[in-house]
Amino acid sequence: MKERIEGLRESFERELKSAGSSEAVEKLRVAYLGRKGSVTELLKGLKDAGANEKKELGQHINSLKKTVEQRLSERVGEIKAAEEQREIESAERYDVTLPTGGDPGSYHPITVVQRQLEEIFTSMGFVVEDYKEIVTDYECFEAVNIPKDHPARDMQDTYYLENGQLLKTHTSAAQNFILRKYGAPCRAIFPGRCFRNEATDASHENTFFQMEGIMVDKNISISNLIYFMKTMLSEVFQRDVKVRLRPGFFPFVEPGFELDINCLICGGEGCSTCHHSGWVELCPCGMIHPNVLKMGGVDPEEYTGFAFGLGLTRLVMMKYGVKDIRDLNSGNLKALGQFRHE
Amino acid sequence: MLISMNWINDFVDLSGLDLPALIQRFTLSTAEVEDVFEMGRDLRGVVAGKIISVENHPDSKKLHLLKVDGGDKIYDVVCGAPNVREGLIVPFVKEGGMVGGQEIGMAKLAGYESHGMCCSERELGISADHSGLMELPDDTPVGRDVTELYGIIDTVFEVDNKSLTNRPDLWGHYGIAREFAALSGRELKPLETVSLKQFDNLEPIDIDVQDKELCYRYSGLKVRNITKKVSPVDMRIRLFYCGSRAINLLADLTNYLMLEMGQPMHAFDCAKVDSIRVKRFDAPFTFTTLDGTERRVDENTLMICTKSGNGLEDTPVAVAGIMGGLDSEIEDDTDSLLLESANFDAASVRKSSTRMGLRTDASMRYEKTLDPEMTVPAIGRFMKLLLDIDPGAQVISKLTDVYVKHYPKVELSFDKGYVDRYTGIEIDDGRIIDTLLSLGFEARQEGGRFTVGVPSWRATKDVTIKADIIEEITRIYGYDNFDIATTMSPLYPRRRSAGAKADNFVKDILVQTYGLHEVHSYIWQDAKKCRILGIEPEDNIKLINAQTPDHEVIRRSMGPTLLSVVQENRAFGADFGVFEIGRAAEGLNEDGLVNERKKLGIALFSRTLEERELYLKLAGIMKALGQSVKRTELRLANCEPRFKWQHPRNTAVIMAEGEALGWICTLTPSVLGSIDRKAAVVCGQLDMDMFSELKEGGLSYKEPGRFPGIDIDLSVVMPEGMRFADMEPAWEGSGYLAGVSLIDSFRQAGRRSLTLRFGFSSLEKTLSKEEVQPIVDGIIEKLGEAGAVLRS
Repeated sequence: MKERIEGLRESFERELKSAGSSEAVEKLRVAYLGRKGSVTELLKGLKDAGANEKKELGQHINSLKKTVEQRLSERVGEIKAAEEQREIESAERYDVTLPTGGDPGSYHPITVVQRQLEEIFTSMGFVVEDYKEIVTDYECFEAVNIPKDHPARDMQDTYYLENGQLLKTHTSAAQNFILRKYGAPCRAIFPGRCFRNEATDASHENTFFQMEGIMVDKNISISNLIYFMKTMLSEVFQRDVKVRLRPGFFPFVEPGFELDINCLICGGEGCSTCHHSGWVELCPCGMIHPNVLKMGGVDPEEYTGFAFGLGLTRLVMMKYGVKDIRDLNSGNLKALGQFRHE
Repeated sequence: MLISMNWINDFVDLSGLDLPALIQRFTLSTAEVEDVFEMGRDLRGVVAGKIISVENHPDSKKLHLLKVDGGDKIYDVVCGAPNVREGLIVPFVKEGGMVGGQEIGMAKLAGYESHGMCCSERELGISADHSGLMELPDDTPVGRDVTELYGIIDTVFEVDNKSLTNRPDLWGHYGIAREFAALSGRELKPLETVSLKQFDNLEPIDIDVQDKELCYRYSGLKVRNITKKVSPVDMRIRLFYCGSRAINLLADLTNYLMLEMGQPMHAFDCAKVDSIRVKRFDAPFTFTTLDGTERRVDENTLMICTKSGNGLEDTPVAVAGIMGGLDSEIEDDTDSLLLESANFDAASVRKSSTRMGLRTDASMRYEKTLDPEMTVPAIGRFMKLLLDIDPGAQVISKLTDVYVKHYPKVELSFDKGYVDRYTGIEIDDGRIIDTLLSLGFEARQEGGRFTVGVPSWRATKDVTIKADIIEEITRIYGYDNFDIATTMSPLYPRRRSAGAKADNFVKDILVQTYGLHEVHSYIWQDAKKCRILGIEPEDNIKLINAQTPDHEVIRRSMGPTLLSVVQENRAFGADFGVFEIGRAAEGLNEDGLVNERKKLGIALFSRTLEERELYLKLAGIMKALGQSVKRTELRLANCEPRFKWQHPRNTAVIMAEGEALGWICTLTPSVLGSIDRKAAVVCGQLDMDMFSELKEGGLSYKEPGRFPGIDIDLSVVMPEGMRFADMEPAWEGSGYLAGVSLIDSFRQAGRRSLTLRFGFSSLEKTLSKEEVQPIVDGIIEKLGEAGAVLRS
């Protein structure tokens, strides 16, 4: 019996050596450990042995069985590792430098810059409002203190519709609505599309974007206005921006200002962009005219406020170096397809 | 507008001050200076030279050989000017001097040496006249530097006219001088005028202002015996530096007065005009203005006329506030004049000038609402200048002044707290009063209250409320001098409007999930582009003043716009999509206002997908927007096309909450063909106003099943005309059914086959085939009833 056990051990080792594939190893497992396998047969044969012999032989057979099991699983591991290695070595090395396709979409640059501005203003407690593009004469002019005979109402500047309405010439057309909606105090920005009836060229468009903002409360002052404009513009341009105010006339503000920033191209030294003045005119602003507050249902004796209008289209052109304003409404994806979220 | 600092210096002594810095302050406190020009500084060594002999050049008909006395010595000069003569005194640049920025050296001209150059006015830069040498008066001291003789050296700056629109008082040098006085703290000198009272005993002029609506004031004076014809050199230089042109003494004087005081004046030849009628005519007629152009004058245009006797219609002699007529123009032999100094309705002048296409220095000023108080002082000033030049001139009428409309005196009152609140800084009382006084306001302070009287030249429209006074105080104080501070305002949470939120969300999904490109376009439909696509322009509300008839109709949908974008970009890539959130108008509402709608438009283009796949992709995008943005289901159903370019068989309406929010469609073969025959194109639209108003679906969390489910695939063949939605009732409500998905779809022999995967699962147990089979059988039976056949 013992000899048979040792004989099996030897023959197993021999056969294991020559088993070169998972299949061969499996065959070997069946041959030794299967229901009719040699080791199994040995164990079955134990029932005929005596009690003492049974115990000793049993230990031997079990030890053989363990060895066979262990050696088999080792062998399987070796073969799998070798197979894996072969597979790895024969695999194709993919060319990641190939064109990939599936290009991402793009946002209109106005959207990109508008979102940046909205983020800055919402962080300062401003609400973002949206408004119509076709408005009434009252909204666009009357309610923002532009009297009947003002040149801004002339046909050459404003697109009028058959029913007497018009395409809004400035975002200020929403001021009345917003003042009425929120009352005082109020902080709001309202970006929007505006229209001017003029011939187009590289720097003139009849359809463009502005973003207007108002802040109304007790004791809002010119000092606050300058502070907010400076802070906001420093955020927009991501650097400390110098601003200066000059008197400017707009019927909906009093006093009204033209706000200049120091030229970002030359840093104020003077270059062709700033016409050698060191300053670039950026946005009109001012203290909201008492008549505008009154028409918006806000008592100008109790409240004051400031308003500003940013040329969103102009900012986009400055930021990205767009030379022809018409590219923005062209729908040309060679131009517009470049802009991603920032 | 061009401003001469020499002229300003007549009224405020700025000597010793840093002029460039002062002009910079003017920009920051008053109006934008666009450019500064240094005049006469390119002249050096230009003296009054006397021509003492003239010889013809032996070889040239034009050239002369001169001997010129330059004060220090006699110079040999070769000169080509036609008006050379012995004894003439001319501006002479000596050898080594400079004119027009160019150094004058010894030059050899046709064989002779020239040691200097005699100059024309243009060469000196003081006029455009280059017809000959400038002739200086006979008593000019020889050898004197000409820049000392005349106001040639000057600093001239250009103010942006746009920044003066609300300041009628700044359209003349005197008003600008007042600003410089306030900015520098120096005194403004009064204008020297002739008192017109002395003529009160003379005959009045026959002036009848018949149109009391448009003419606010008409003042006139008659003068005769004017003998001088040419204006003094200094006056001509100032006119030239300020962009005007010398004509003759009387015309120059009216121009000079306008540039000085801002008051336009007109000099009529007294022989042709001796009475004045101010009126409009009942019918249009033609009138020749003094520029020689025949112009149409309509019944809204205010005219100056002179009375014609014999009951005839009055003769028009000028377009009020714009330009005089050719027939009554001052000519070189005019020796008597009727001087007009008037004030007209600003809007009327502007509109008339726009209608006639004639914008003049006068109309530009009247448009700004000039101060009617100015007309009489302007006549007094005119007479002062005229009599200084031509002492023999004689006034032959009394000042005749028809003053129709007086502006009310404006007085404003406020306390110091108002100024503090508005400015946010502390400006002391004395400074407030001084500033206002220096600008010509009356200002006093009693018990902490300021009372301010607005001067007439600021009271026509410019300064009417307290806030206007704030501007006066702060601009002179200087915005650069402000301490700046943030506000002390309470903060309130403010939510984004549903519309703005939905817009942003939609854009993110379209760009980031579907790789679409956002574009912008125009609110009108482009008829020309529609024609290229073979799309019939939509009928809708129109603009009445579009730049071209092709752009006059407001678009009704986003479709044609985006299809044009696709058509123009068809070489951009094999597969791409564009979208825009823009506005369109669906006609008028009941109240007559435009029914403006915010719309999302999408158009997809593909050379790799079949039209059906692209169409379903768009349907999928629309549904995904509903799920992602609103957590609500958008349903699509075939519908009749709304527009002729939509494919009648493949147009679908997008529904939610029982309302139509939009549509998707493929295109008719002809429209598709005009874009690209070999590609698929689909487009769709969603009403963003309605979409953002949709109720947001909540999210009720469902436990994920812990037990494996069973998937059963069924292949069905649908009869012609059957849709997936028609089969849905067959499985709706089936037990354990967790979901149905489409595995495969193909068309064979005119019928479509679908392979559907039915997923069954339970939250409580692992399902057995035996439990599911009866349910599947039930579905098959119902499918059969609906007409779908199970494919073996």
